[in-house]
Amino acid sequence: MNELIKLSGAELAAKLRAGEVTSVEAVQAHLDRIAEVDGALNAFLHVNAEEALAVAAEVDAIRAAGGAEAEALHPLAGVPIAIKDLIVTKGQPTTAASKMLEGWMSPYDATVIEKIRAAKLPMLGKTNLDEFAMGSSTEHSAYGVTRNPWNLNRIPGGSGGGSAAAVASYEAPLALGTDTGGSIRQPGAVTGTVGVKPTYGAVSRYGAIAMASSLDQIGPVSRTVLDSAYLQELIGGHDPKDSTSLPKDLEGLVAAAEAGATGDLKGLRVGVIKELTGEGYQEGVQARFNESLELLKAAGAEIVEVSCPNFKYALGAYYLIMPSEVSSNLAKFDGVRYGNRVLPEEGPMTIERVMGTTRAAGFGDEVKRRIILGTYALSAGYYDAYYGSAQKVRTLIQRDFDAAFEQADVLVSPTSPTVAFELGANDNDPLAMYLNDVATIPANLAGVPGITVPGGLSENLPVGIQFLAPAFEDARLYRAGAALETLLEKQWGHSLISQAPAINTASIAQEA
Amino acid sequence: MSNYTDELVDFDEALDRYDPVLGFEVHVELNTKTKMFSDAPNAFGDDPNTNVTPVDLGLPGVLPVVNKTAVEYSILIGLALNCQIAEKCGFARKNYFYPDTPKNFQTSQYDDPIAYDGYLDIELEDGEVFRVEIERAHMEEDAGKLTHMGGAAGRIQGADYSLVDYNRAGVPLVEIVTKPIVGAGKRAPELARAYVAAVREIVKNLGVSDAKMERGNVRCDANVSLMPKDADKFGTRTETKNVNSLRAVEHAVRFEIERHAAVLDSGAKIVQETRHWHEDTRSTTSGRPKSDADDYRYFPEPDLVPIVTTAQWVEELRSRLPEPPAERRKRLKAEWGYADKEFRDVVNAGVLDEIEATVAAGASAAVARKWWMGEIARLAKAADKDIADLGVTPATIVELNSLIEGKKINDKIARQVLEFVIAGEGTPSEIVEKRSLAVVNDDDALGKAVDDAMAAMPDVVEKIKGGKMQAIGALMGPVMKATRGQADAGRVREIVMEKLGL
Repeated sequence: MNELIKLSGAELAAKLRAGEVTSVEAVQAHLDRIAEVDGALNAFLHVNAEEALAVAAEVDAIRAAGGAEAEALHPLAGVPIAIKDLIVTKGQPTTAASKMLEGWMSPYDATVIEKIRAAKLPMLGKTNLDEFAMGSSTEHSAYGVTRNPWNLNRIPGGSGGGSAAAVASYEAPLALGTDTGGSIRQPGAVTGTVGVKPTYGAVSRYGAIAMASSLDQIGPVSRTVLDSAYLQELIGGHDPKDSTSLPKDLEGLVAAAEAGATGDLKGLRVGVIKELTGEGYQEGVQARFNESLELLKAAGAEIVEVSCPNFKYALGAYYLIMPSEVSSNLAKFDGVRYGNRVLPEEGPMTIERVMGTTRAAGFGDEVKRRIILGTYALSAGYYDAYYGSAQKVRTLIQRDFDAAFEQADVLVSPTSPTVAFELGANDNDPLAMYLNDVATIPANLAGVPGITVPGGLSENLPVGIQFLAPAFEDARLYRAGAALETLLEKQWGHSLISQAPAINTASIAQEA
Repeated sequence: MSNYTDELVDFDEALDRYDPVLGFEVHVELNTKTKMFSDAPNAFGDDPNTNVTPVDLGLPGVLPVVNKTAVEYSILIGLALNCQIAEKCGFARKNYFYPDTPKNFQTSQYDDPIAYDGYLDIELEDGEVFRVEIERAHMEEDAGKLTHMGGAAGRIQGADYSLVDYNRAGVPLVEIVTKPIVGAGKRAPELARAYVAAVREIVKNLGVSDAKMERGNVRCDANVSLMPKDADKFGTRTETKNVNSLRAVEHAVRFEIERHAAVLDSGAKIVQETRHWHEDTRSTTSGRPKSDADDYRYFPEPDLVPIVTTAQWVEELRSRLPEPPAERRKRLKAEWGYADKEFRDVVNAGVLDEIEATVAAGASAAVARKWWMGEIARLAKAADKDIADLGVTPATIVELNSLIEGKKINDKIARQVLEFVIAGEGTPSEIVEKRSLAVVNDDDALGKAVDDAMAAMPDVVEKIKGGKMQAIGALMGPVMKATRGQADAGRVREIVMEKLGL
């Protein structure tokens, strides 16, 4: 294994700036790693080797030439990145892991992609996900499951299992994800990586294929807290193309991560959410969580218990609001303008039947389940009882957060109640899969930011610790997250990800 | 399922037994530079699917952004309709699958329109004023345009395939909805026409729409129901869609009244449905059933934030409102002193602006009317152009008139000069100069021409001397010829009489 791929994004960036390595070498090392292990993992749906190497060569040439242009390069220029295949890109296919968009090429770039291009980060390719980001396991991709690098028989989380697995397996130092109910944080937790859902509106959604518009947020995926801070600073900021984007940029994220890395948390009030511990949380998960609390306390943090009584309604509210928006957002996929069109094999060739046949063939079961659920929830006569009530719960959850943040600067909980479950374990029980997001969903409903950082192992699988902060206070996440990361690594004497077993590429190849 | 009938009841007879209730939904396309939610051009008549962005095509990942000018235009319309303006309002999604709607939902306003509770006073032909209550005016986006190929007469039935043009998709619309209009009686068709005409005039006057019905800038859905004279509950309504000329609005309402009466008379029930208007047969046919419970699964558009209208903004917009057309007409009629019919003709000819500008430039109202309703209208008709496109300015009229009053030219020559102005030869004075068109009233020159003519026609002179005054006409030809038509005929007559001592 080329040691280059073990570097964090920030470390690689420093070596690139110092001229110790070239971006072409770094990109090639990651492409080699993808060639080596992705047959087993299936983290990538598309590998963008040619363009990535071209961008790398461009960065190298600018650095070699020196002068003002080299000075003006973004700190992360030349550091490769993987993109969740829910985000549209020119020049690479965008599928949302659905048959519906097989082979579709976007004629435009998402705003975050424009920023990545402008900063000259070579894009390694597009990563796998649950179809249209609907799922917590990446088993609902139309292009095959992604496997967890820690244990190939386990799920890598979802929907952003591809991005998390890619980063966890050193296929990429950085990746982009999207988080609607936990799709960045839960995969981060179960793969031993870092993931951040920024404050709603902190990162433009323009070009992220909408699942649930009022909940979706693009965010960073990485192996270190500092890397996520760099990446959020790069992709964040106001976008006139997204009416819901914040008017002001959030600043000081990298500085907050650097401050947190000193391990000093004096004066920070950390609130433990009573409702997000105990019953339903695996013993090993709870144990790692408790150990983290001890470390935080030792570092000077004041631990307080807070109660968010309405969080118990969050999952129910989420599974009404999200499918309602899904049912409308996914209506555009009808085979009329783009994507797959499937014609009825018999009977009259009417537009309704072409649309129906296309959607029946193009969408997978989980997508159909949510479209049906949402269509029902919005129907006349049911709207008030379902969508209307769910919106009220949403308000109550926001009030719970407001009250909790009166008592604490950040809140903390396990990211996911369990470690990665086995592939296929929840095939016949969607509700069991939905429960994986019980701790992550409240942040989406309230629009507040959240981070997951590795918290240790249980059953040889990673456990994630989640911090939540008030809206616009993403910097607090980076401070608390970086502090816990530092404290744990000091205690262990190594990073968690360095303990991941080698990936047995042969086992899967034989199975296949 | 339809109670289709060819039977109609005579209009007057129908309204002897029933009272009509009307309701209108008028869609106004705004003439903003860009679309409601994207920066694609809002333009008519371009090649299909050229005025589109990823947003207008509903590509994966796109988001809408509200056009501020469209919001301002909507507020202006609301204010002109005497509406309240919402302090806060938002958009909703109206979900339905149809290929002219690229997202398969229309972004519209639902339970919080930007303008509500207004009214419009409609003046009918004989001066009677009828108040129409406005329920709401809300913002929404237009759909694309479908063209059905291979079937008969562009209808979807029997078509082989359909083409869709998304240039119109996303064009800003304001939908103006009336409250039920009761009490119009036999004047219902006339009121329908006058109402739509008034709305069209208002949006045109505001400058927020091109207001051309033939281009679909203003489209009307007309709701009609009948209730027996002694009833206190409205009957079942039908909604005749896309009635796209003023005449059609009047005819469609009339037709539906006659048809409803026939259905009700037969003891059957009116089916609540949409109706299609057919200009060729001046009749409606059944469309699709429509109930109040059509389920569009409306919910608040999560991609947009609410629109907040501050009092300061609304008042600033109110200060921009032009004089309402009806008030302006009343004022101008009084100022100009035209007779009722004269004024109505001027309004119908659409030259109110031109006459106002001409009077402002210094001409009398009578002179302005004479020119705009006379020669200019004739020339426009001959050239098959709009009067406004002829290039005649108020200054032209004032100048022509002063040339006439100064006896430099006569009426006949003035009309020729006007044609030369339209042809681009210059101002009236320049043309008179260049073409030597000034009337000859120089007595020496005229006197000589008269002498020559009298010398050439002694027999005519004898006749005149004998008292046959009409014989003077025979001298006119040679005199006019000698002066190239520029002689003042009255003066020639005087000179002849003087010379003969008559």
